[in-house]
Order: sequence, then structure tokens, then C-alpha cells
Amino acid sequence: MRRRVLPGFGLSFGYAVAYLGLIVLLPLAALAWKASGIGFEGLVRLLSAPRTLAALRLSVGGAVVAALINVVIGLLVGWVLVRYRFPGRRLFDALVDLPFALPTAVAGIALTTLYASNGWLGRWLEPLGIKVAYTPLGVFVAMVFVGFPFVVRTLQPVLSALERDVEEAAESLGAQRWQTFFRVILPMLAPALLTGFALALARAVGEYGSVIFIAGNIPMRSEIAPLLIVQKLEQFDVAGAAALGVAMLLLSFGLLVLVSLLQRWSQRWAERAA
Amino acid sequence: MLELSRLHRRFAGFQALDDVSLDIAPGEFLALLGPSGSGKTTLLRILAGLDYPDSGSVLRNGDDFLATPARERRIGMVFQHYALFRHLTVIENIAFGLRVRPWRSRPSRSEIRARVDRLLRRVQLDGLGTRYPTQLSGGQRQRVALARALAVEPDMLLLDEPFGALDAQVRVALRRWLRELHEELGLTSIFVTHDQEEALELADRVAVMNKGRIEQVGPPEVIYQQPATPFVCEFIGKVNRFSVRRHAGGFAAAGWMPEGDPWQGRFTEAVAYVRPEQLRLATPSSLPAWQAHLRHIYLAGGVAHLDLHVASLDLALEADVASEDLSRFGLQLGMELRVAPRSVVMFPLDGKGEPLSEERWIWHARSPVPA
Repeated sequence: MRRRVLPGFGLSFGYAVAYLGLIVLLPLAALAWKASGIGFEGLVRLLSAPRTLAALRLSVGGAVVAALINVVIGLLVGWVLVRYRFPGRRLFDALVDLPFALPTAVAGIALTTLYASNGWLGRWLEPLGIKVAYTPLGVFVAMVFVGFPFVVRTLQPVLSALERDVEEAAESLGAQRWQTFFRVILPMLAPALLTGFALALARAVGEYGSVIFIAGNIPMRSEIAPLLIVQKLEQFDVAGAAALGVAMLLLSFGLLVLVSLLQRWSQRWAERAA
Repeated sequence: MLELSRLHRRFAGFQALDDVSLDIAPGEFLALLGPSGSGKTTLLRILAGLDYPDSGSVLRNGDDFLATPARERRIGMVFQHYALFRHLTVIENIAFGLRVRPWRSRPSRSEIRARVDRLLRRVQLDGLGTRYPTQLSGGQRQRVALARALAVEPDMLLLDEPFGALDAQVRVALRRWLRELHEELGLTSIFVTHDQEEALELADRVAVMNKGRIEQVGPPEVIYQQPATPFVCEFIGKVNRFSVRRHAGGFAAAGWMPEGDPWQGRFTEAVAYVRPEQLRLATPSSLPAWQAHLRHIYLAGGVAHLDLHVASLDLALEADVASEDLSRFGLQLGMELRVAPRSVVMFPLDGKGEPLSEERWIWHARSPVPA
């Protein structure tokens, strides 16, 4: 038998598998089993319904765009928090976590109040022809809000570990500031940015509480997939709800696999380390 | 010609550079030597354009060098921890400085490729071009950093503790190689080090720094044999310190007397330095000497370090002799020796007990009798 330096592999691996099975895989299996109740034809009919397609497009498409926006804003905020020293930095830093901490319904109501046509922001946006509350744009705003901390928090440690001298080396080799950023800093941040993207995306795809208040939930327009599931449950269509759930699950899973492949590629220099 | 004059740089709570002036000739290999915190790295960073002095000027051939941004200074900088781009291969690292040029002055792809190949051969890394920095050893990374700096064809090479992170064997090999490279390329090279052996072996000229000031600048042999200040005496090489006092016939320390008095009656006390290899162990009885007790012999290859105790001075002295001399002189633990310096550097003390560097006296024994 091979000797291991690190003890306890068998026991800890067993626990890890058992927990993963109980907490993640078992509910998912139950979901798939319930979904099978509607049969193949029922599934096709459900998934090809225009209302379902519109909801899935809004949920997944909105989440992807929201996560992209969050990568940009999160990079900026993370950069400011790590690189500069200014009064109130700690407070600013703590504020980043608010979307984590706030009950999602509270966030949704707050956003709706802000962006409603008589709200603090909506009042000024509406005359410009920008309607946020009760539109797909509102869904998108809520998704950006809930996903924001993920990018900042995954980025911060990586940013503070970036060595100054690498940037200085780039500069002394003749690189302009923007070249240093795009050729040196960004590639080194890419793995963390992708992780942040994946987390923000996962959060936004499944987001329910904060979105339904601001969405207005107009079918075909601002109705998200999780809401469709809830509606089906209320009509005791458990199989339909589960089928829709499985569809979302597969979509999200596919996206996350894609992200992790990208991530692996962006880290090829670390992977092959001898 | 690079002229640094009256540079000052202050960081929160400490003076990194305090009135530093220095001329650097083209093609010269200069070492900035000093303990940590002596300001040597700050000086290098100012030359690189990565930091700026609070006051003072740097002129290159009469032009203001400080007004030139780092990327236009035509310098190649090698950082202490290499600062390689770890997401790029060796080839991409070396080509970086060429690829970021505006397209008008950027060499063609094939030319870049050819230049990188030449550099890879020059730093003896051919065949490793497609590796990432994490897959290289310390010495290899150092050479990649050097090749990267040389790729932009700089006028001046700046190296910050270039061998600091390497193990002893690689260090010595790499610094000989660097010296050859310097002679081949004819660049002005300036390197920072805290290792005196490295500075003395490698450089044409050494600037010894302490507390933000340059204590002495000169060729290595001058720094070693004619140290200008007590700090240089103590920092460079090993040295024994003792004090001498004025007596009726001149200065003396427990019976040993250097002839002459360059100070012509001024000063009553001086601090004296003698190097371990400048101690004569079997002094004839016709010459004044100290009675010393041989306490330990440390054999370090070709050299033996002797630990001596001079009771009359209450002083521990270290003397170096060639290993084969141990048996030639019949040196044994516990024996008594007549020890006298062959060459001493002395600095008189002023009224407050501070040594006066400008009044230095280098004394040599008049008739060099074989030891």
C-alpha cells in the first residue's frame, strides 16, 4: 500500500462525498425524477412555449449581461479599494457586502421605490424615456445589484497580491499605462474575474426575491423563469415546475462549465508549473 | 556621462538619500554597496524613473534626465525578484519591450523573433523559450529578466540585488558571466548589492553608501586598502578595531607604536583598524608587538582564521593566515604569539569622541619583514 503524507484521506473524502450527495445531488435527483412525470412530449411542449422561452431568455440572458457589467464595475471598485488610501475606505469596503446581507425582498422593494415613476431616480429617468421599474431593464438592475459583491470579493485578494515591480518592469520596458493594464494586469486578474463572473451569473440566474418586485412580471416581457416555476407550483403543476427547473439547471450548468474552461485556459501558465 | 548632484529623498520618518552626488562614466560598471536602508535601491529607482528625488538633479550629457519618463530613458532594469510576467512564456517575456512599441518603431514579427532567439542564446536559455517563468530555476529566471531588459537595447543596465535570491554556487557563476557580458556589450551598468564580495569582484568602481550618504567612491582596491571612513573600514571586509592614545613620543597602544605623527601634536586619541591578513604573527623581538594568546583556529579551506586574545589591550583579534602556514609556524592552540600590525588605518577623535574622516592616517610598517 502506498503511504500518504497527509493523513485522513479516506475519512475526509468519505464525508465530502456523503455531504455532496445528501445536500446537492439528492435534491437534484428528486427534481429530475419529478420532472420525468410530464413525459417527453410534455417537456417539449413546455419548453417550446413562447412564454417559457421568453422567461428563460430574460433570466439567462439578463444574468449574463448583468454579470458582465458587474465584472467591469467590480474591477473598478476593487481596484479603488485595494490601490488607494482615502478617508472612509473601510466604510466603503463594508458597503460592498450590503447586497449579500440584505434580505432580497427588501432590496427588491427598495429598488422598486427608487425607480418607480415617482421615485428618487425614476422621476428623472422617466422624462428621458428610460423606464426601469416594471420593465426588463428593472430585472437587469436588480440582477446587477445582487451579483455585485461577488466580483469585488473574489478580486480583492488577487489585486492586493499583484506585485508592484511587475508593473514597474512593464513601464521601464516602454509600455504605456494602458498597455501595462491590458497586457500585464488584466491577464493576471483574468482567473479571478472569471470566478467573480461565474458567481455573479449563478446568483443572478436564480435570483427571485429582489427581481419580482421591480420586474412587474408582465408575461412575455418582464417575467423571469423562477417566477414561472412558482406559478406552476401554485397551480399544483409540480411536474411542470420541476421540468422547468431542470431546464434552468442544465442551462446554468452549461454556462458554468464554459466559464471554468475559460478559466483553465486563462491560467495555463500556472497549470503547467513544474 | 551621467551627473547626479545633491539628491535628497525623504520617506515618512527616514532620509533615504541625503545629499548624494555622483558622476557615472559611460561604459562603467558601478556597484552601489551598503547595508539595507542605506538608500542604494532608492538611488537606483531614481535612475530608473520609478521614483523621484525631493531635490537635486540628474543630468545625462547635459540634459535633465529626471524630466524624461521611465519608458523613454533607454534603461534596462533587472528587479530583485525578477518581476517576470508569469502569464507569458520566456519568449513573450523577452519580446515584451519590443511588442509594446508604437507600430512605427516596432520591429517586424520576424525581426522580433530573430532578436529574441539571439538573446536566448546569449543568456544560454535556448530551448526553454516556450516555458513559463514558474517552470524555471532562480538562475534561469534571472537570465530571462536580463534578456528582457537587454531586448530593448538600452544605454544603461540597472540591476537591483541581481544575485540576492540565488544560492551561492549559481551566484558566483552568474556574476562572472555578467561581468563578461558587460565587457562584451559595453553598456553602462549599475548594480545594487549588500554583498561586498560581489561589489569588489564585479565592479570597476564601488560607491559605499550608509544612511543615505555616499561614504566613499572608488575602484575596489582603493575601497579595500584605503577606506575613507570608519564605516567603510568596518563594512568592507573583516577588520579589527582598537584605540590608540597619544603618549610622549607619539601614538601608541599597549607598547605598539606607529612611527610618525601626521597630526603634529593635535588630538589625543584615535580609532585604529587593522585587517586580519595584515597582522604579523611572529614578530622579531627587535620590533614592538603585543603578546597574544591563541584561543581558536577555524580552518576554512585555504585560509585559517585565528582567534587571538591580547591581554594588554583586553582585545580579541582575528588574524588570517594561509592554511599551510599553520604547520610552518607550528601554530597550536593555547600558544603565545608576538603579534603586530603591518598596516593600520587610523582616524583621530574630536573633542566629542567622533572620528574625523578627513584626518585619516594610513600607516604601513617601514620594513616589510616576512611574517
